[in-house]
Amino acid sequence: MINNLTVAERQWALVVLLVGGLIGLTMAAVGAGEPFGAHGFLVLFFCAALFFPVLSRLDEPEPSPHAGRSYYDDPIKVGIILAMVWAVIGMFFGLWVAYLLAWPDLTIDAPWASFGRLRPAHTTGVIFGFGGTALIATSFHVMQRTSRARLAGQFSPWFVLLGYQLFVLIAVSGYLMGVTQSKEYAEAEWYADLWLVVVWITYFVLYLRTLARRNEPHIYVANWYYMAFILIVAILHIFNNLALPVSWAGSRSYIVWSGVQDAMMQWWYGHNAVAFFLTAGFLGMLYYYLPKRAERPIYSYRLSILSFWGIVFFYVWAGSHHLHYTALPHWVQTLGMTFSVMLLVPSWATAANALMTLNGAWHKVRDDATLRFMMVAAIFYGLTTFEGSFLAIRGVNALSHYTDWTVAHVHAGALGWNALLIFGVVYAAVPVIWRRERMWSNRLIEWHFWLAVLGTVVYVLAMWNSGILQGLMWRTYTDAGTLQYPFIASVLAMNPYYVARAVGGTMFFVGTLIGIYNLWMTIRQAPAADMVADHPVSVRDEAGERGVPAE
Amino acid sequence: MLKKLLTPFRKFFHGVFGLQYKLERYSLGLAVAIIIAGSIGGAVEIAPLFTIDETVEDVPDMRVYTPLEQAGRDIYIREGCYTCHSQMIRTLRDEVDRYGPYSLAVESKYDHPHLWGSKRTGPDLARVGGKYSDAWHFAHLYYPRDVVPDSVMPAYRWLARRNVDLDDLPQRLETLRRVGVPYTDEMIANAVADARGQVAPDSALAEGLIERYGEATTIRNFDGQPGVLTEMDAIIAYMQVLGRLVDINATAPTLAEE
Repeated sequence: MINNLTVAERQWALVVLLVGGLIGLTMAAVGAGEPFGAHGFLVLFFCAALFFPVLSRLDEPEPSPHAGRSYYDDPIKVGIILAMVWAVIGMFFGLWVAYLLAWPDLTIDAPWASFGRLRPAHTTGVIFGFGGTALIATSFHVMQRTSRARLAGQFSPWFVLLGYQLFVLIAVSGYLMGVTQSKEYAEAEWYADLWLVVVWITYFVLYLRTLARRNEPHIYVANWYYMAFILIVAILHIFNNLALPVSWAGSRSYIVWSGVQDAMMQWWYGHNAVAFFLTAGFLGMLYYYLPKRAERPIYSYRLSILSFWGIVFFYVWAGSHHLHYTALPHWVQTLGMTFSVMLLVPSWATAANALMTLNGAWHKVRDDATLRFMMVAAIFYGLTTFEGSFLAIRGVNALSHYTDWTVAHVHAGALGWNALLIFGVVYAAVPVIWRRERMWSNRLIEWHFWLAVLGTVVYVLAMWNSGILQGLMWRTYTDAGTLQYPFIASVLAMNPYYVARAVGGTMFFVGTLIGIYNLWMTIRQAPAADMVADHPVSVRDEAGERGVPAE
Repeated sequence: MLKKLLTPFRKFFHGVFGLQYKLERYSLGLAVAIIIAGSIGGAVEIAPLFTIDETVEDVPDMRVYTPLEQAGRDIYIREGCYTCHSQMIRTLRDEVDRYGPYSLAVESKYDHPHLWGSKRTGPDLARVGGKYSDAWHFAHLYYPRDVVPDSVMPAYRWLARRNVDLDDLPQRLETLRRVGVPYTDEMIANAVADARGQVAPDSALAEGLIERYGEATTIRNFDGQPGVLTEMDAIIAYMQVLGRLVDINATAPTLAEE
């Protein structure tokens, strides 16, 4: 892979890694004995682990001058593998915290192994590690294919992919060491946040530069969504994380916002992390891989336009529905509720557009578990967005908020929609990227599919039950007008559901492991295939020759 | 009739479709349009929260956290307590009956960041201050199932083993002042002494603390271990001040009259 970089790119990589290593060394020195210093070592080792392999291949010959006539898929390969690694890490933490709620002593007497530190490691591991890496890898695939152009440059895709890994590593390892700013889904401290801004700007510039090379006059829908994902996440990230470090040599910082404004900023961010990270970005995936796999065009272009702008415009207003009946002014709550309900229109328009695309290809859905993954993901998307609008209604939220119902809702989305879609997309993309005829085993895909779907259903049903029960117990009064249940009674009542949830999660996790085994065997053993059609239409090549497939 | 009513919508959508058909050929144009469409909601909902005076009530005598309480708050954040405990009592009858008067915006005015939370695996803590004894908190944090057999809370034994990190307390207060918490120069300069004073009743250090933070400050040896300032002291000091920065019983009626 390193040999595919030009010598100039290898040199540039060495310079950047050297600077990164020096920054790591400085952090390690000034923060010695503190988590900040540990993060310095992490940065140092991360850069060193990349520096030496590149250095040892610095004198290798230049890559073929015709490389520019094929797509650049190396970072996509690494990205897909990293996404699956994060899936295992993130889901492992998730399972652990699930078991802890059922059996709270299933841990050791060490700070890093307690629920409060493991839980952010779970959420960040799956959302940003698994989901984010999958988004970056697939976006590289989609932007090249739909633009019929090679990625702009070979350095910046690596910078984005690996720089992002460093961000997630710092974040997750930080939570285990107690480094957190406690803002949900944005717990990473100031230096990780700053680093993400650098990575993210590079990502957007790369996207624009690749689009600028496109050989199609129109930008395909999937790219609109990926662009919305990159742009709006940048805005959310910057405003929500504005903080003042206590010292430049320490990890602690204080957010500039306080109280009610901070709460609003947080849920404006939090809800739109769902909207633009877990919805817009994933719709980008859906819009490319689903029609491609079904070999059917998108059902309606106009519906795509309607739902895209609906989602971009409406979603941003919805965050305040996380703060019903709180000290947030009533008018903001009402606006959030109203827009959340209206969101159902573009959300269902999108789900319908995806499902209608399958008209004429339902026999494929029946036979092909890969396409079925995507179809079920689209159905879960529809269900979850309906539930989301429903839960945003003030009266419903009075019951559901603070309970496990929220957890059910989130996991219907994260497992049923996001994870199932990623698995479908990985099964569709891997043979193309690695030039294989097919995945190694279709039977294993079927096993993965049913384990994942069943696991999700068990999980969500368990949490619906516990959430609604919890909410009802908290508000039950005796005839004498006093509260019937002490809080601890509701904790005790949750136990069977917490056990059931852990079982559902385990099923899902086993499915993931099967998927990884299949992926590994595909790369190693599946029969190779020629993909003669998979290349850019034309490239700015001096010889004016036609493109060739990537090797 | 229906057709007539829908005409403006049809025209609007046809305009949008035409516009998008042109727009999707220009990546920068598309990017700018996305930024504009995606910024309006946030701007309309968030900016006024900083300018409308009624957003946060005016309360005289609002206290700030003492250095030890702030250190406890930082531990609360570090250990991820917010993942299971909220600090926001909603304006619902059962919540007020269970946890006390509903939370006011002013009560978290100096909270950087807010800790309203989103999940109650355990109960709300907004008004837990004064509800249990220090000894109960110690036993509960050390091994929750000793005092609440059905609890699923983790044990936080290391809090009793570790000393509070006092070194950067003045810088922490200084940073908090820069983001808007009214700590005085004197408070910042005496931060370490005040932290020690809060676990040493009737000492000279405690007198300085009272002078700076007021009579209502709780001064006790929270963890029962004399001579050492453990993280247990800090977190219990924080637990015991929750809901008491504002005298809610005196405040709520005055606000209602306004």
